[in-house]
Amino acid sequence: MLEDKDRIFKNLYNDGDINIISSKNRGDWIDTKKVISNGRNWIIDEIKKSELRGRGGAGFPTGLKWSFAPKEVGSRPHYLVINADESEPGTCKDRDILRFEPHKLIEGCLIASYAVQAHKCYIYIRGEYFNEGKILQKAINEAYENKLIGRNSSDTGWDLDIFIHYGAGAYICGEETALLESLEGNKGQPRLKPPFPALIGLYGCPTIINNVETIAVIPTILKKGSKWFSSIGKPKNTGTKIFCISGDVNYPCNVEEEMGIPLKELIETHAGGVIGGWENLQAVIPGGSSMPMLPKNICESINMDFDSLVENKSGLGTAGIIVINKDQDIIKCMARIARFYKHESCGQCTPCREGSGWMWRMLERMSKGEASREEIDMLMDVTKQIEGHTICAFGEGSAWPVQGLLRHFKKELIKRNNFNPLIKKNKNVPYLVDQHLLEKENA
Amino acid sequence: MLKVKVNDIDLEIEEGLTVLQACEQAGAEIPRFCYHEKLSIAGNCRMCLVEMEKSPKPIASCAMPAFDGMKIKTNTPLVEKARKGVMEFLLANHPLDCPVCDQGGECDLQDQSMFYGIDKSRFKENKREVPEKYMGPLIKTQMTRCIHCTRCIRFAQEIAGIDEIGAIGRGEDMQITTYLEKTMESELSANVVDLCPVGALTSKPYVFEARPWELKKTESIDVMDAIGSNIRVDTYGWEVKRILPRINENINEEWISDKTRYACDGLKNQRIDTPLIKTNNTYEKIEWNNAFNKIFEKIKSTPSNKIAGLTGDLTNMETLFIVKEFFNKIIKSKNLDCRSENIYVNTNDRKNYIFNTPLNRIEESDLIILVGANPRFEATILNLKIRQSYIKNKTEIYSFGDVGELTYPYKIIKNKTDIIREIIEDKHDLSLAIKNSKKPIIILGQSLLKIKSSKYVFNEIKKYLKKNNKINEDWQSLNVLSNNASTVGSYDLDINNSENFDSTVLSKIQNNEFDIIFLFGQDNLKFKKKNEFVVYIGSHGDNGAEIADLILPGSAYTEQDGYYTNLEGKIQKAYRASYPPGEAKEDWKIINELSSFIKGKNLFINKKDLDESMLQYLKLKKTKKFNDILDNQFQSEDILVDHFDYYYSNVIARASLTMTQCRNEKLKLNKTGTEG
Repeated sequence: MLEDKDRIFKNLYNDGDINIISSKNRGDWIDTKKVISNGRNWIIDEIKKSELRGRGGAGFPTGLKWSFAPKEVGSRPHYLVINADESEPGTCKDRDILRFEPHKLIEGCLIASYAVQAHKCYIYIRGEYFNEGKILQKAINEAYENKLIGRNSSDTGWDLDIFIHYGAGAYICGEETALLESLEGNKGQPRLKPPFPALIGLYGCPTIINNVETIAVIPTILKKGSKWFSSIGKPKNTGTKIFCISGDVNYPCNVEEEMGIPLKELIETHAGGVIGGWENLQAVIPGGSSMPMLPKNICESINMDFDSLVENKSGLGTAGIIVINKDQDIIKCMARIARFYKHESCGQCTPCREGSGWMWRMLERMSKGEASREEIDMLMDVTKQIEGHTICAFGEGSAWPVQGLLRHFKKELIKRNNFNPLIKKNKNVPYLVDQHLLEKENA
Repeated sequence: MLKVKVNDIDLEIEEGLTVLQACEQAGAEIPRFCYHEKLSIAGNCRMCLVEMEKSPKPIASCAMPAFDGMKIKTNTPLVEKARKGVMEFLLANHPLDCPVCDQGGECDLQDQSMFYGIDKSRFKENKREVPEKYMGPLIKTQMTRCIHCTRCIRFAQEIAGIDEIGAIGRGEDMQITTYLEKTMESELSANVVDLCPVGALTSKPYVFEARPWELKKTESIDVMDAIGSNIRVDTYGWEVKRILPRINENINEEWISDKTRYACDGLKNQRIDTPLIKTNNTYEKIEWNNAFNKIFEKIKSTPSNKIAGLTGDLTNMETLFIVKEFFNKIIKSKNLDCRSENIYVNTNDRKNYIFNTPLNRIEESDLIILVGANPRFEATILNLKIRQSYIKNKTEIYSFGDVGELTYPYKIIKNKTDIIREIIEDKHDLSLAIKNSKKPIIILGQSLLKIKSSKYVFNEIKKYLKKNNKINEDWQSLNVLSNNASTVGSYDLDINNSENFDSTVLSKIQNNEFDIIFLFGQDNLKFKKKNEFVVYIGSHGDNGAEIADLILPGSAYTEQDGYYTNLEGKIQKAYRASYPPGEAKEDWKIINELSSFIKGKNLFINKKDLDESMLQYLKLKKTKKFNDILDNQFQSEDILVDHFDYYYSNVIARASLTMTQCRNEKLKLNKTGTEG
């Protein structure tokens, strides 16, 4: 259980005010100059020591990512891009940061830009976050007015300009290279890797792309020290994390908690428990819709951190916890998620374009009990054919949830789809066999 | 050099190659759909997945650069499973209509599914249906078959230089289309038909015409422009069904222009299949012997200096040579020319009339100046090479006068001969640009060589370039862009009669000084006929036949073997794919028989004899010692680039229905809607 003094996002529920004065009271923009004066090597080192892992879903160590940027700026400028295209179903953490804690993000942008030597920072915000974008723009304007960013930002000698770019409502643009394509004005389709964006990214220049939450926690880590951050949580899974709890819980909420908190505790303490009591729990999707679901027996004891969830063949993802109780039709839920992925596939590469629609259609039939038994195994086969064969991680994202269903709720599928084409008993059905042979046998 | 291991075979490869190329060098075949050597890498079909050591996922070999110490496996169960999976996905929404698909028999998807697919379909849902798209008179679409490899999009953007084809929609609903479903405005558009690995984009004029295995394939040379693109002529019986490109990295790579590909239906229309004679303003059929007799009588009663001949734009070199011999030995007249307009040419040095920069080295250039030329229409493949140069080096391109869209940006200079004089006198900005340029290319078009001060301009530019060492062993910067397939061959065979470099034959024809005029496939002559007896020998009833008194049916380029020299001076042989219709004969045979009729003796024993004599003539030909006479006849005048009617530039194209459709489509597109 996280103590109040260790909370990073103190205004997560908008108890205070968004403007710069109250933000400063909460500790934003304090000592920014001091932090930056330690130099970029110190900053990257400190982030590495804090063992901060990216909060966007993949959990890549942030310090390591920053160190991939070229040490010296060559002929091409460096860019920092903030991924605020939060479209993962069940996730709404970035939204609250954008609208209640924008100054944390902007301060983080300044420090991160300094660390990766970028003078331009783009915030790619999803188009539906129009109001959040407005609030963020207001905060950016405030920061400009107070000379916190812009020319000689915060008196550090570093020039930084921040621009907001609105997406047009495509889930795939949350994938970092598709985001860059979209930012450049092209069709939002992921790029081939290698080359990685850290070397060839936006407009062919070195680009570091980070999630909103990752950047927003940076200032606090540097101010309170990496030791403080790494003391929270478990080794390799340190710090605090905003969990978004939704679905069949009494009080859906966003809550900042330490990494590795037991799932049961999280749901019981912060979300008021499962509707109908813990016993009524059917399954939990622990990390946004693209992560495989976990059945009740695993949920009893699982800890919410990257490594524990991977051990159980799931993942922390964006920490968007979707609780599904026994009142729900689990196959229908999955069919709905599959439909989302079918709709959001960018259509660039074959397995995902053709496979996501196929999976959805099969699941839709299975939810109605119109599938044969062998199709259940075939569905698993199809997910395996998508997984790992695509350009971006969307392939896994669409295949994993279906695999989760098949792994834990196969019985349910078999029960409903009991059409079995195999005839096990020898029946004397004359019209099924050749009459001629039948007569011969009898003769 | 990098050391890689493919399927336990150690291999040393050049740096910068992809895994796919490395595998190919090791002899491991990698299936692919989206990958194409000439296009950028998309990596989206996922068919080329291979296993790389230390990588949990299979990698797309077309997109992955090879690095030192890489270990690749292409024959493991993992790879096989990945390929089968991708194949199943590709076939999931692909209709099973191979029996009615024009691509059947030469379809990448068909072939590869035989090797890498599974025999049964597990996909039980309804297949996707995509509406057809209109892409103009050349490309038939059947978008349900599309596997979204995006080759066509990449071709349009990268090679053709038009952003007119793209993908709309997302996921399953992604559709390839030309925006607003209009005709692709490019002279290379039909190459997407070859690129399409499935039957989504097929050839509209060829639709349901034949199956690939029924066709006889003959490798040949194109004559629609002076490039000499390498082509394959597919025939079914007599009919030329289609024309496809053949790879020649030095000339057309693997692209051909739309005219090359689709003018072939002109070989079926407007053909002259029997000798005809004009009596009382109508044409009547006549026996070959009577026709020869008629000519014989006319020649006998006419002094030889009153007989003239003009060769045509599609005439092959054998015919040119036998015509030359015919005029030399039988008629004993020198009034033979290959030009239908008074174009300046100095045949003393071959460098004066060919495109001296090799086509495959154009992309090295850093400065290109077009003088009186519109390469997009006059030589589409050349335009493609200029575009490649622009893309590769951001080459500065200048043009005298606005010649319209060329698929690359260029700067317009005032189209005055005065500007050329300024450049030569080092008074213009371009002079410095030329001097600073390492590999400049100056392209002189036919429109320039037609103007009054063409001699001055040509020789002064040449002198200037020589002075500045831009014409040397390594780099020849002066280039003449010829428009016709026979132009360079004719000059090589000295078929021109000039006095002070002006065509005497032409001026005399204009003054009606001749009594007999032979037109050997010459259809572009403009003159007012009086009492001349005009003999037309050619394949199509067009402008030439219209003014003729006697018509002898000849053959088109697909119906006879023949050499052609392209604009850069490369001699190539076109092979006979079909045979002449009706009573028509091969061109050289007509002349040979005519001479035997007149003199009682064949000019050549057989075709081989003719070929050898012609090649011998070319071999013995030497550059004459000749000082460029500098003509000071400077005249301030406009350099006007002629409107080049791309789709109607020769008899075959004019007889082609497809070309007419394309031309109409183009005229429609050019309309703004405000004409009234």
